[in-house]
Amino acid sequence: MSNKEEEFVVGADGLDTDREKDIGQHIGYRYDVNLVPDLKFITPFLQKYIDKMGWKDLNWLEDVHMGYEEDQAAVFDRNINGWVTIPDSIKLPDNQQERDMIARELLIKFQMSENHPMVDLNNAYRKF
Amino acid sequence: MAKLKQDKSHEMGLHEEQLKGRTQQRFFSIDESENLTYFHSFDVDTSKSATIDAQDMTPREINREIRELMEKGIGDITVDNPMSRHGVGVGILNRLNLTFSDSLGYFGCGLIDGPNVHIKGRVGWSCAENMMAGTVVIDGNAGSTFGAAIRGGDLVCKGSVGARTGIDQKGGTIIVGGKTGAFSGFMMQRGRMIILGDAGMNLGDSMYDGTIYVGGEVEELGVDCVPGEMTELDIRYLTEKLGNYDMKAPNGIEKMQKYVSGKTLWNYDNLEPNEKKLIL
Repeated sequence: MSNKEEEFVVGADGLDTDREKDIGQHIGYRYDVNLVPDLKFITPFLQKYIDKMGWKDLNWLEDVHMGYEEDQAAVFDRNINGWVTIPDSIKLPDNQQERDMIARELLIKFQMSENHPMVDLNNAYRKF
Repeated sequence: MAKLKQDKSHEMGLHEEQLKGRTQQRFFSIDESENLTYFHSFDVDTSKSATIDAQDMTPREINREIRELMEKGIGDITVDNPMSRHGVGVGILNRLNLTFSDSLGYFGCGLIDGPNVHIKGRVGWSCAENMMAGTVVIDGNAGSTFGAAIRGGDLVCKGSVGARTGIDQKGGTIIVGGKTGAFSGFMMQRGRMIILGDAGMNLGDSMYDGTIYVGGEVEELGVDCVPGEMTELDIRYLTEKLGNYDMKAPNGIEKMQKYVSGKTLWNYDNLEPNEKKLIL
């Protein structure tokens, strides 16, 4: 994680409103879930993916953002209802748009991997 | 709690330890081969096409035929004479170009993850419910609960839609070229809804998160739905998105109104249960 991001995510307590201060707990997400993507930051891998799928934009990946699992940068995988953590070796930029693109690329690589839990579930439960 | 006899209790599946969620760790290399489709999906070629005449087929037969064609590697399928049948084009977890030459009934194209569907007609209730990814474009009008519980992808109706559009929306983008009925965006949790025409009463009622853009008049806002500030990024996003489907805002994108959640219904903090006990 970069210094600025660490300050934002790990350093800040996230207690802004009176209610949050009363309960000592941050309410809501720790990133902007409504942030629409800026396609000028798209990576070559993501461009290849959307071309293959026949889409003109990021489609379902518009709702994928870089989040945080405890204090680790992570991306949520809806197919397994769990977080995929970003390795420390990846240096993350301070720009949320660029971070989101990295999250999307990592998520696609995980979902399409042979090691994804859906492969086991598919083998075990697929009926037809 | 009385000490349970270990051997017997464990045989019965009973344990004393505190219950916790299960965790599982999986590792993968980000440098491994660049596979762009699900491991279990069919490898289809979109230059290979086939046509199904659904005149005398049941919905189950139509869905099975689509699947069998995908298994053969065909990536461009046209279904002629769908006869407004219900529940067709469902459960497709594959990249595919699918065209219906006429209208569909209820629950068309539900539970899909990946295909690009074009419906050259109208659709009944709950079109593309629980859609995960892909695009669904409808040339005509759509019934109620259009895109119910949609999680991702683009769902486009070029005409007008009924009530409760995008009820329980959890992601994705719903675009309506005409008007939308009452309670659109009800219990919306995430994603975007773009209404180019007017919206009926109680727009965005009890919405938890997400964004609604409206080009026409709003009859009445629902509980906790409030106007938001349109940004330059929003305008750029809407221009690109509408351009992808050859659609235009009647009064221009700059004049569209953005609505978001007021977040006054966000009541799930750890102190609330204790406060409720005190009151009761």
